[in-house]
Amino acid sequence: MAFAPPVESYTGKVCSITFGIGDKAITFGGENVLPFHSFEGSVSNRPAIAYEIQDVPPVDWPENVKKPYEGVSNDPVSWAKFCQDALKAKAIALRLIGTHPDREDRSPDDAAKVVRDVLSAIDIPLIILGSNHTEKDASVLVSAAEAARGKNCIIGKAQEANYKTIVAAAMANNLKLIAMSELDINLSKQLNILITQMGFDIGNIIIDPMCSALGYGLEYTYSVMERIRLAALTQNDVTMQPPLLGDVGMYVWKVKETQASEKDMPQWGPTEERGKTWEAVTAISMILAGADLLIMRHPKAVDAVEKVIDELI
Amino acid sequence: MALTGVDIFKLLPKTNCKKCGFPTCLAFAMKLAQRQASIDLCPDISEEAKQKLSDAAAPPIRPITFGSGDRAVKMGEETVLFRHDKRFVNPCVLALEIKDTLSEADIHHKIQEVFDSEIERVGQRLRIDALAIMNDSNDAGKFENAAKIISSKAPDIPVIICTGNPSTAEPVVKLLSNKKPILYGVNSGNLEAMANLAKTHKIALGVTANGLDELSGLTEKIKALGIEDIVIDSGARKAKEILRDNTFIRRAAIKKNYKPLGYPAITFAQREDTLVESLIGVIGIAKYSSIIVLNSIEKWKNVALFTLRQNLYTDPQVPMQVEQKIYTIGEPVPDSPLLITTNFSLTYFIVSGEIENSKVSTYLAVMDCEGLSVLTAWAAGKFTAGKIAQFIKESGVEGNIKHRELIIPGYVAILSGAIEEKLEGWKVTVGPREANGIPAFLRSRVA
Repeated sequence: MAFAPPVESYTGKVCSITFGIGDKAITFGGENVLPFHSFEGSVSNRPAIAYEIQDVPPVDWPENVKKPYEGVSNDPVSWAKFCQDALKAKAIALRLIGTHPDREDRSPDDAAKVVRDVLSAIDIPLIILGSNHTEKDASVLVSAAEAARGKNCIIGKAQEANYKTIVAAAMANNLKLIAMSELDINLSKQLNILITQMGFDIGNIIIDPMCSALGYGLEYTYSVMERIRLAALTQNDVTMQPPLLGDVGMYVWKVKETQASEKDMPQWGPTEERGKTWEAVTAISMILAGADLLIMRHPKAVDAVEKVIDELI
Repeated sequence: MALTGVDIFKLLPKTNCKKCGFPTCLAFAMKLAQRQASIDLCPDISEEAKQKLSDAAAPPIRPITFGSGDRAVKMGEETVLFRHDKRFVNPCVLALEIKDTLSEADIHHKIQEVFDSEIERVGQRLRIDALAIMNDSNDAGKFENAAKIISSKAPDIPVIICTGNPSTAEPVVKLLSNKKPILYGVNSGNLEAMANLAKTHKIALGVTANGLDELSGLTEKIKALGIEDIVIDSGARKAKEILRDNTFIRRAAIKKNYKPLGYPAITFAQREDTLVESLIGVIGIAKYSSIIVLNSIEKWKNVALFTLRQNLYTDPQVPMQVEQKIYTIGEPVPDSPLLITTNFSLTYFIVSGEIENSKVSTYLAVMDCEGLSVLTAWAAGKFTAGKIAQFIKESGVEGNIKHRELIIPGYVAILSGAIEEKLEGWKVTVGPREANGIPAFLRSRVA
C-alpha cells in the first residue's frame, strides 16, 4: 500500500499585513497553514525581519552587539541609514527607549522629532516602539503616531493598561498596531477584542504574545504562539488571526549567555559567537512556532536567519 | 491511536464465558481499553485478533534504547505533535559526525570535544550524546581503524555506524556490537545483507530512502525479517523537506497509527556554515527529530542547542526549579545586600541576571517554593512570613553578613511586617515589584 501523506486542511487564515509605502513596502502573514507547511496550503509571504535601532545611543547593549554599529549608533538617523544602506535591512524598528522615565526621560515631542527625522532618511518600512513604560508610552506614541502619519508604519505596543489612547492614535493616523499581552493566550484574545471594539480593524493588528530568550522562558512564548496559531487556523478564531511578532533582540541581549566572558564561562566558548547564536536560535524557534515578524539586533544573526528562511520557503 | 473498548470487543469471542474473570466480554474489553487487564486472560481469542490487539497497544513511535551503560539514551515513545498537549518524552540525541578520512589525531580531537561538551544547566547534565562514524573512504581498513580509535578512547559513547556497504560495515559492527550501536545506511540495494548483520549482532538499523513511500516499504521489509529496532531517514536534507517529512512521520504515527513510520527519525543537519547548521539543528529539535547529526560542536553552539532542547522538552505542567540556597552574585562582602526570591527557574534567572546587570555584589536567597513564581507562591501559601523567616534562620546566611536587612520582592510588600515579627532583630525592606527595577534599586542604595 502506497503511503498517503497525512496532509491537513485548515478553516482559518492568518491576516496579511503590508507596511511601509512604495516599492519598499513589505507584506507578511497571510498563510493558511502552520509555519512553512507549504506542502498542504499557501505560505504567501516569508517572515519579515526588522533591524532594531533606538533614539538614544545603545549604552545598555552588550559590547558584541554594539560593535557592528560603532560610529553610527550615536544618532538614530545615521544608524537607520546604515541598516538600510550597508546592511540591506528590509525594515527598521525604532525603539524610543530614551523616553523611559528611568532613562533619559525624553519628551513626546523629542520622540516625534526622531520619528520624523528617521522617516525622512529612509525609504524602507518603519516600526515605532515605545519604551514599554505603559503610562509614558500612552503620550509618547500619540505624538510619534502623528509624526508617522501617511507612512503606513507599525506602532506599539498597546497593552491592556494603555491601549485606548494608542489605538485611537493608530486609527487616526492610519497605522498598523502591535497589541501586547503577557504570555497568555486568553489575555491576548481579550486585548484584541477590546481593541476591535473601539472600531480598529482586526486586519491591522499584530499580536505580540511577549517574547522570551532562549533559556529564559522561550518555551512559554513558543507554546503560546503555537496555541494562538492553532486557534486561528483550526478553529477559525478571527480574534486570533493577526500575524505574530517576535521581539527577539531586546530579550536576548540582556541574558547572561549573550554577555558573560569566555574567561568567566569557559565551558560556553567565545562570547561573540555565543551572542549572535543565542539571538538566531531564539529567532528560528519563534518563526517555527508562528512568528511572522521579527525584531533583531545582530547583523550576522539576521543573515543566518534569512538563509534558513530561504531554505524553509 | 489506541483502540476503544468497542473496537476491542469486536475482536473478542463474544461468548461471555467468564474465564477471564470478568462477567462479560464487553466488560473485559473495557478493562483492556483502560489497560487494566491483559489479553492473555482470554483463552479463546484467535491469534490474529491477539496480534491486532498487541499492535494497537504498542506505542505509536517505537521506543529504542541506543548505546549501553550510563551513556545509553532512549528515543521514540512520543505521543503528541505540540508540546502544550503533553510533554515531549525523549530529548533528541545530538551526534557528532566523524569521517573515516580524518587523521588519527583529528579523530582523537573530535572524541575529546564530545567528552568536553558536558555542561550543567538547571540541575541537568547536558552533552553531545553520540558519535556518527562515516565511511566516506568506502574503505574497510580505514573504517575499521576509525572504529578502533572510538572503541578504545570512547567505549561508552553510543555510535551510529554510517555506511551503505555491508562489507565495510561488518568488521565495524563486530567491533562495536556490545555498545548497542545503530547501523545506518540500509537501502533497497543492501537491505538483506544489512539486516543479516543487524540480526546476527542484535543491533538497530538506520534506513535511508528517497521519500516516505519508499521508506515505509523498506521498514516493512526489515520488520518482516525480524528486526524491530529501526531509525528512519526520509532522505530530506533541506530545511523545508526536513520539516515536511518529520511532520508527516509524526502525524502518520500518532494520528493514523501508521506502523511503517512509527520509528524515531534521524536528521542529517551538516552544513559548511556552522551557525546555519545550528539553526537546522533548531528545526530538528523543535520539529520531531530523534537524532540530529552535526558536523561541528563548538561550545557556543552546544550551549544554545542544549538549552533549546531542555526548554522544549520540559513538562509544560511542571515548572523548572533551581536549588534552594544562598547564591552569591559578584563578590559579596559582609555589608552586601541580601535579597530573597522563589526557586522558579525563570524567576531565579531573571532576578540573578538583573542583579548582575546592576554590578552590585549581592547575596540572593532562593527559597524552595516548588518552582512557583513569587506571586503564585505567595498565593499558594508557600512564600509566607513564617517560612521565609525559618529559611533565613536555617540558611546560615547570618554568619556571612554583618547587617540584618532582608530585601523582599515588591509584590509581597504585605509580608514585611510579619517577617519582622518572626525574624527578631531584622529589618525588612521592600524591593521593586519587577526584576527590571533591581539595577536602579541596588545602585541607588550604593550611591
